[in-house]
This record gives sequence, structure tokens and C-alpha cells, in this order.
Amino acid sequence: MATVTTTTSTTLRPVRRRFPFGRAAAWTVMGLIILITLLPFYWILRTALSTNAGLSADPTNPLPVDLTTSGFQRALGMQSAEEAVKQGGAGGGLDFWRYLLNSVLVSTLITGCQIFFSAMAAYAFSRLRWRGRDKVFGLFLAGMMVPAIFTLLPNFVLIKQLHLIDTLLGIALPTMFMTPFAVFFLRQFFMNIPQEVEEAALLDGAGKIKIFFRVVLPMASTPIITLGVLTYITSWNDYFWPLMVSYSDSSRVLTVALAVFRAQTPATGVDWSGLMAATLIAALPMLVLFACFARRIVSSIGFTGIK
Amino acid sequence: MTIASSSPPSRLPAGGAAEARSKPRTRRTEVGDNQGDGRLAAVFIAPALLGFVVFLLWPTLRGIYLSFTRFNLLTPAEWVGLDNYVRMVNDPIFWDSLWVTVEYVVINIGVQTVAALAMAVLLQRLTQSAMLRGIVLTPYLMSNVVAGLVWLWILDTQLGIGNEIISALGADRIPFLADETWAIPTIALINVWRHVGYTALLLFAGLQAIPNDMYEAARVDGASEWRMFWRITMPLLRPVLAVVLIMTVIGSFQVFDTVAVTTAGGPANATNVLQYYIYGSAFGRFQFGYASAMSVALLVVLSAITVLQYRLTRAGRTDLG
Repeated sequence: MATVTTTTSTTLRPVRRRFPFGRAAAWTVMGLIILITLLPFYWILRTALSTNAGLSADPTNPLPVDLTTSGFQRALGMQSAEEAVKQGGAGGGLDFWRYLLNSVLVSTLITGCQIFFSAMAAYAFSRLRWRGRDKVFGLFLAGMMVPAIFTLLPNFVLIKQLHLIDTLLGIALPTMFMTPFAVFFLRQFFMNIPQEVEEAALLDGAGKIKIFFRVVLPMASTPIITLGVLTYITSWNDYFWPLMVSYSDSSRVLTVALAVFRAQTPATGVDWSGLMAATLIAALPMLVLFACFARRIVSSIGFTGIK
Repeated sequence: MTIASSSPPSRLPAGGAAEARSKPRTRRTEVGDNQGDGRLAAVFIAPALLGFVVFLLWPTLRGIYLSFTRFNLLTPAEWVGLDNYVRMVNDPIFWDSLWVTVEYVVINIGVQTVAALAMAVLLQRLTQSAMLRGIVLTPYLMSNVVAGLVWLWILDTQLGIGNEIISALGADRIPFLADETWAIPTIALINVWRHVGYTALLLFAGLQAIPNDMYEAARVDGASEWRMFWRITMPLLRPVLAVVLIMTVIGSFQVFDTVAVTTAGGPANATNVLQYYIYGSAFGRFQFGYASAMSVALLVVLSAITVLQYRLTRAGRTDLG
């Protein structure tokens, strides 16, 4: 079955021999890794705050060229078409406020429902006794073996038959109820809650439903939050599925909008300033979300082997 | 995605023990009540089961069914037997895109695994800083679309800073994403940038499970870091490495987003990876039956790789007792 290895970080540092040359080399490599990791983020910011004319005149300047917020104005639809074209934009009138709202709605709907329904199922699989439980759980586990991408085409056909194409609900629906992984993951934690705690609540006259809300959910808040943040990030970043389902502004999410922005390249060349501003708008919320929970998430990325 | 929370609620005893103890007790309660929680369980399981059946089980079966039909989305699917598969075997573009995908996976996984392993070891042996681990994870927070666009800009032949540096060093500018030879390696490396930190953290978690006294003992015997890596770290990390490899290879085969926003399959089909070809067949040419057949083929390939890799790396066994 499954094992969850805990990743409690050891505070004990290994005693080291004197080997300053090797250590210095190792730190240099580490520094290089950090540089490659973070530099593209700075470059997004630097480009977004430059003008397109400045970018072509001075491509190597490490600072923003002709500091401006014109790129952001274009991405947020706050610039007239003529002005946008003059600044090297396409003048296509994309409104990233709208897409930001759509992304927030879809990700919130998916995350909220998926985690809650998965937690309910995980509770039934771990703390309730019923016939056929292990068989149904086995089915869920088998579902983890199907690559998500395989179900996209048939799910598209289904969403079309439900007349939910080009709606936010249509984007959210397939992952709104559960993922086998979420159920499996939460079940692990619910099983670790000692029976005594539950029995004490039962003696106090609490029902099983009350125990779920008042005992199990609060005690598993850490894994639930971790799972929630990662689910939010995953649905925020999804591109392939929304690309299939969404056709117009009413359901367009940020990832799809970015690709549309890129495809609207004006004759003068790509509107890099506007595109990087839009990219920043798409990326920033996840960076902020991560910053709030970073410690918890980083220490909880561990390893789940299924044998 | 695999995550495992490190900190189960702190006031609880270790999980395994609690579970073992709980079993007989539950049975006793059951005998006392003389009934299970059947009805309540049905309510609790209902939404997830509905989602499972409607959006996972049914589409999986339907995907397989559609691969035996001709279907353009407007008229009902028409059974054509093995026609789609025959066509697939004789379709040079299919084989070409399968080959391109394999090339992508080899470069992507090869570089990513080595880099992630190096990062994980550095993170463990050099420092235990949680902040550094947070930093290496940041690209993973971006969508593939964002990662693709940023590197598209950095590597732009005319204005990209990458090519400006190459040019300043006296070399010729490289049309990274517009050249048939460069495009696939470039896309593979862009995706390494996005995923390597996450992979490194998975491996890092595996490293944490290796007892520190093994390294202490080896050091007393005068072993170098290099020797310890090959004699202790690698053998003991093998089971974790195997599962991480299976996971990342499966993910890598499904590459689509980055290709879609950077090269759109070009130049001259050089980056027409399988998933991109499938998408084009379905949504460009409305051949849902043929697209489904190729999806089934991909599913078979992935299952075969999983089994093969699992066997080869003996993923089920660990040297750590």
C-alpha cells in the first residue's frame, strides 16, 4: 500500500572536516543555481517597466529603460487602441482585470469544493465502517494511474453535451468534486487521528457528522491547508483544459489570455513590455500566496510512494 | 504531484501505532452498535464518487471507445473498428511526433534528474536553510505558459538578453526557438527550469530519511564526500529516485503548454510533440476518433514505461532495512 515518509528536518548539522576548497566550490554552484532561478523574475519586472522603443534601443541595460507603466496600462485595457499601437502594442484591447477575476473564481471554486468533497470522502474511507469500503477505495487508487491528460478529450465532449462550453463552471467541473490524490492524501492524515479522540467526542454525545466538522477537520488543518494551496496553484496554472473549454472573454483565464496576447503580435514585433506586464499580473498572486505559506509548504513537500 | 505533510498534529502519537491500536477497538464498538455507518458513509462519499464516475471513470472508458470510431463532434460517433489504429501506424507524422516527444523526454528528464540530484545533495549537505528551499521552488509556482513566455523573451534572437550576451562574447546569435535543431532542447531546458526545484525537494525529502550516523561513520573511516555520495546516498535513495523518475517521465511525455506558446509545433514540425499533434487532430481537424486513438497509444506507452522502470530500478525494495 502506501507509505508517507515524514520529513522532519534534522537540526543536527553533520560535523565536517576542513575542506574549504570543496565547500567554496559547492557554494559557488549553489549561488549559480539561485541566480538562474531568480534572474528571469527580475527580467520580467525590468521589461514590464520599460518602453518597447527603449527595449530595442538598449537591450542590455540591466535597469528598466525609460521607466514607465505603459505596459501595465496596455495589459489592463486602460489605454486607447491608438495609444497602444503607438507604444508598440497590438491595440487588441485585452482586459487582464477580467481574466484575473476569472482565474480567481475558477481556482477558488475548484479548490474549495475539491478539498471539501475529498475530505468528506477521505473521512468515509478512514473513519466510517461500511461494506465495500476497501473495494471503492481501491477503485479510487486505480484512478490515480490514469494520466489526467487522457480524460481531457472525452471530458471536453461531455462538457459540450452539458452545454457548459465557454463557462467558468465548465472549466471547474471536472476537478471540482475530487482528485484521487486528494482523497488518498487526506485519508492518510485522518487515519492518524487517534480513535480515543473520536470516542471521547462520541461519549460527549457528538454525532459522526459533528465529529467530522469539530474534531477531524480542525485536527488535520495543516495538511488541508498545504493541499489547498497546492491545488490552488495547480488550477491557477492550468492551460490545456481552459484552452479547450474557453472561447471568449466571459470564461478566459490568465494562462489562456497570455497565449492570446502573445498571438496578437503587432507588425512592429512582439509587444514585450506589455506581454511581460501581463505575465507579471498572472504570476504575482501565486508568488504572494506562496510567500504566505512558504514555510509550511516547503517542509511538507515530501515523498509518497505507492507500492 | 506528491506531497506529504511533515507535521501531523503535534499532540498525536505516531500514526502507525495509533492505527494498530484502533482496529480491535473499532470492532468492539461495531459489535456494540451492531451496525456500520452505511447510510452516513453514502452521504459522505456521494460527491467524490459522482465526480470520480462522471469525470474520470466514464471519460476513460469513453476515450477508449472513441478511438474505435469516426467522430467529428457534430454528428454521432460512428464505429469504424481498428481504422484509426491502422491509420496511426501508417501515419509518418505520428511516428515523427512520437520521436520528437521521446527526444524531448530524454533531454528533459536526463538534465532535470542530474540537476535535481545535485541540488538536493547541496541543499542537504551544505545547509538546511528552508529559505533556500523556498527559492528553488519559485519557478514551480509559475505556469508553463509564463515560463515559456519569459524564456521566449530572454532567448529572443534580436533583443533577448541571452542572445545579447552570446553576441557580446563574440559568438553568433542562436535562434533558439526558431531553429529545427535547437527548438526541442531549448523547450526541454525551459521546462527543466520550471520543474527542477520541485524535483529537488522530493529528492531532498528522500535524503532526509537517510540516517545521519551513516555519514558520521563513513567520515570516521575517512571517506570523501564524493565516495559517500556513491556508496551511501545513491544506494539508499534508489527507491525514492525510482518513483520520482516514473512520475517525472510520465509528466514529461505530456508536454504541451510550453510548445503551444513558444513554437506552436514548428519550425517545420520540429516541436510537434505527441500531445500537440493530438490537440491539432481534435481541435484543428475535428478528428476526435483519431485523436483518441493516439491518446490510447500514449496511455499504453506510459503504462509500459511505468512497469519497465519499476522493474529495472526495483522500486519496491529498499536497502534501508
